Formats: sequence, C-alpha cells, structure tokens
Amino acid sequence: MLKDITLGQFFPGKTVVHRLDPRTKLLLLIVYIVALFLAKSYFSYGLVLAFLIAVTLLGKIPWKAMTRGLKPMLIFIIFTALLNLFYTKGGTLLVDWWIFEIWSDGVRTAFFMVLRIMMLICGTFLLTYTTSPIALTDALERLLNPLKKIHVPVHELAMMMSIALRFIPTLIEETDKIISAQKARGADFETGSIIRRAKALIPILVPLFVSAFRRADELATAMECRCYHGGEGRTRLKVLRYARIDLFAFFVGALLLAGVIVLRRFGL
Amino acid sequence: MSTIIRAEDLSFTYPASGERLALPVFENLNIEIAEGSFTAVIGPNGCGKSTLAKHFNAVLLPTGGKVWVEGKDSSDEKMLLEIRRQIGMVFQNPDNQIVANVVEEDVAFAPENLGVPSPEIRQRVDEALKTVGMYEYREHAPHLLSGGQKQRIAIAGVLAMRPRCIVLDEPTAMLDPRGREEVISTVTRLNRDQGITVVLITHHMQEAVGADRVIVMHKGGILTDGSPREVFSQVELLRKAGLDVPQTTDLLFSLRGAGWDLPLDALTPEECANAIAAAMQRDN
Repeated sequence: MLKDITLGQFFPGKTVVHRLDPRTKLLLLIVYIVALFLAKSYFSYGLVLAFLIAVTLLGKIPWKAMTRGLKPMLIFIIFTALLNLFYTKGGTLLVDWWIFEIWSDGVRTAFFMVLRIMMLICGTFLLTYTTSPIALTDALERLLNPLKKIHVPVHELAMMMSIALRFIPTLIEETDKIISAQKARGADFETGSIIRRAKALIPILVPLFVSAFRRADELATAMECRCYHGGEGRTRLKVLRYARIDLFAFFVGALLLAGVIVLRRFGL
Repeated sequence: MSTIIRAEDLSFTYPASGERLALPVFENLNIEIAEGSFTAVIGPNGCGKSTLAKHFNAVLLPTGGKVWVEGKDSSDEKMLLEIRRQIGMVFQNPDNQIVANVVEEDVAFAPENLGVPSPEIRQRVDEALKTVGMYEYREHAPHLLSGGQKQRIAIAGVLAMRPRCIVLDEPTAMLDPRGREEVISTVTRLNRDQGITVVLITHHMQEAVGADRVIVMHKGGILTDGSPREVFSQVELLRKAGLDVPQTTDLLFSLRGAGWDLPLDALTPEECANAIAAAMQRDN
C-alpha cells in the first residue's frame, strides 16, 4: 500500500525530452512557469497549453500518469475554483440566489485559476517523469554552483537531497515491515476515530526514527571509509554537457516566453 | 611477505558518555596482517572484532599504542585519505552503505571523492562491476537487488578505489545462504586472482575454513591464531569461548569421543569423508 506513493516518479525512456540536459529542463520549467503566470487570455493560455501537450507527446508520457498526478491536488483545485467563483465580482451578474452571487468575471477567473494550477502541476510532473532524481540533483548542484561564492553549501544540499531520495524506498519498505510486525501483535490501525488512529501511528514512527538514525550513522561511516570529504576536489562519473538539442530547446523556450509577452502587449 | 597492517600494543576504550561508563574493548593487542594473505577473524559477540576492524582504516583511532598501515601511522591526519584508499571496508548491512540510487553511480562514489578524472572513473567502475559479476546490473536501482547482489555492489564500490586490502566486517550476517556463497566466492577470487589482502570478520565458521589464517578473539584478546587446521582442531578451547567449530570438525570430534581414531584437521567435506573412510578400512 505504501509502495504506491508517487514522489518524483521517473519513467525511463530514450525520447528527446529524456535526452535533454537536466539543467536545460530545469530552466525550461522556470520559463514555462513564468509564461504561465504572464498569460492572461485564452490565446496565451492556449499557447502555453500547446507547449505542455507537445512536450508530453514528445516525451511519450502516458496521459494517465499526468491525471494521476493531479488527483491528490483535487481538493485544493476545487477549493480554489469555488473561492474564485463566489468572491470575484464584475461583468454581468449570472446567478443571484439567496446569499450566492456568481458574476461572469468570477467564472472566467475560476476557470483560469484552475487551468493555471493544473498546468503548473503537470509541467512539474513532466520534469520529474522524464528526469532521474539523480540527474535532477546533479543539475541543481551545477546551476546553483555560483552561490558557493557566498558560502551557500550547495554541494552538501545536493548530497543530502540525493541521499534522501536514495533512502525513500528503503524507509518505505521498513515502514511496511514495522506495520506488519505491529499488526502481528494485535495493533489496530484501521478502526476508531481520527485521533485514535493518529495515536496508533506512534508505535510505527518511533522505531522508524530510531532505525533511520542508526542507518544515518552507519552510512556516514561507510561514506568516510570511501574517502568522502565534502565537495572539494570531487569529480563526477557523468559530466553534464550541453548539446545542440539543448540549444534548440532554449530557443523554443524563448519563443514561448516571447509569444506570451507579445500577446499580453496586445491585450490578449 | 611484507606486512600491510600492524597493530602495536593497541588499546582502545570507548569514552564515557552520560551515565555510561568508559568501556575498554582491548588492551595491548599485537597483530600483523601479511600482504596478500586471507585472514579470518572470528569471535563471539562483543569480543571487539568489529572495533579492531575499524582501527585498520582509521575510522577509530587507538587510545593507546599504534596502528601502522604500510608503514603509515593511522593517527596521522595527513595520511588519512591515503590509508582509507588502500584499506577498503565493507560493512554488515548492504542497505546502509549504498549511497546512490543507480548501481554504477554508487560504485563511482569513491573514485569521485578521490578526484579521479571522469574517463578513468568510467573505466574503474566497469572493471569493478565486471570483477564482482554485476556489470549487467549497472543501471539498476540498488534497492531492487537481492542482499548478496547489494553486498557485491558494496565490494565493487570499494574495489573502484583500487585498494591493496579489503576489510569485511561480517559481510554475510544479513544474507541468505546463496547470498553468503556469492560474497565469499567473490572475496576468495579477489584474494587469489588479484592478490588483494583480505581480512574477513565473520561468525560463520565455515567461511573461515577457506582462509590462510584464522585469528580467534575472545574478551578483547587473542585466544588463538594460526592456520584453519591448527585453530579448529582445538575444539575444547573454542567451545569454552562460546564458539562453534565447522560441521566437519564437529563430526570428527564426536566420532573421536566414541572411540574412533580420527584426525581433527580434516576441514573440507571431502577430507572429512576420506578420513572416516580410511579409519573404517583400518578397523576392518
């Protein structure tokens, strides 16, 4: 049951999107988000959406995977929609019933907000679906490298992130084991009030934390034994290099951003 | 043969912390490990064998005496990386020593730390993975592999440093019999084919049988030290220390107790069978 968690799930593949340098993809995501927030009209939203769909198709990501990513956010999306629907006034009054008023501007804002959130989530998922977590942390470390000059511990942060990612499956497995062990001794996680069920989690969390600390200690020793001494003088097995395809991707990104800005200029 | 590791009057005490008193582990221990040898260290739980292993690559520093690794003092901080590069270490739990979530990235971890240029890292990683027979798995996620495979990845991760000695601290304790066999045969091959010195800490007597030399530790001291035949024929001594003997020795010992004239130093099943057959023929 715990194995179904999609956290930065990666679909391995060999498409153009997969082959792009992770730094390019990260920067493109930022461009995409900026474009999304600059978009104001059906046309500009259409442009950004076309970009999203094109990348999804190019990366051969199943549509199901995209919609599955949206599911956990459903409540948040509905909440945003309702809030915008009832609290935006302007345009023509469409519904006026009891204390509820729905204006045409409200419908429009709600629609755009929902679209924006959904496209935001899909765009982010597109990145994690087509980029392995390790490539992603690598890209982050490289992109943030200039910050080392002002003493931001970039390497340490990237290392912590990749180790966290490495241990997610191990700790999930461990949690499953602890749950089974507690169940075997008669623990009950499924019935009772929410508070009761939350309390039942304590006997799971305590051993999990203890073992996580022990693992951390052992891992630190093992890393030291393999000559780890921080980021200084460290080389990498795979060196990131921009290729021609990345240049092309940047060009497309620039085009997208320019398109949205131009449309905005014309009030569209 | 030259000495690769030498412990001289080694003493170690875990410092007192909070309400726990200082815990002396061993005092005035003298051990030499010969270059290219295969040494097994056995002993009951808490006899200090893991603590000893951690002194071999300067994870722990002696509170008394000295440890020399290829003539370098282990407490010399300038030599720390060099010592750790020469003496690789593999631990008990494979999950807690794998750093990356792709096999080849994990094997590359040590050479990356050492600042080896990328093309050479590639070469070392491929070589190490081929040596332990895990080359086909280089792009897999480690958490999906079996225990024995994970432990072989950990060995490859150490091999990528091109060490002269590998210290394995109960590498098979968490493995099933098949995984155990995979790990031990890999280690034996490294020792035989590549001349890498191996120090194997174990509590499976059968694994110690294949070594050149067996050191038995008990209560922070050395109980006995010698070839497997010499060590395992001292059945009473080992039993008194709470240790098992290999199944073959156990059988021969019981038969001797029943009045058969048998040697105690037949360690492999074949030798044992031959010895029993010879004794039966003599009887007839």
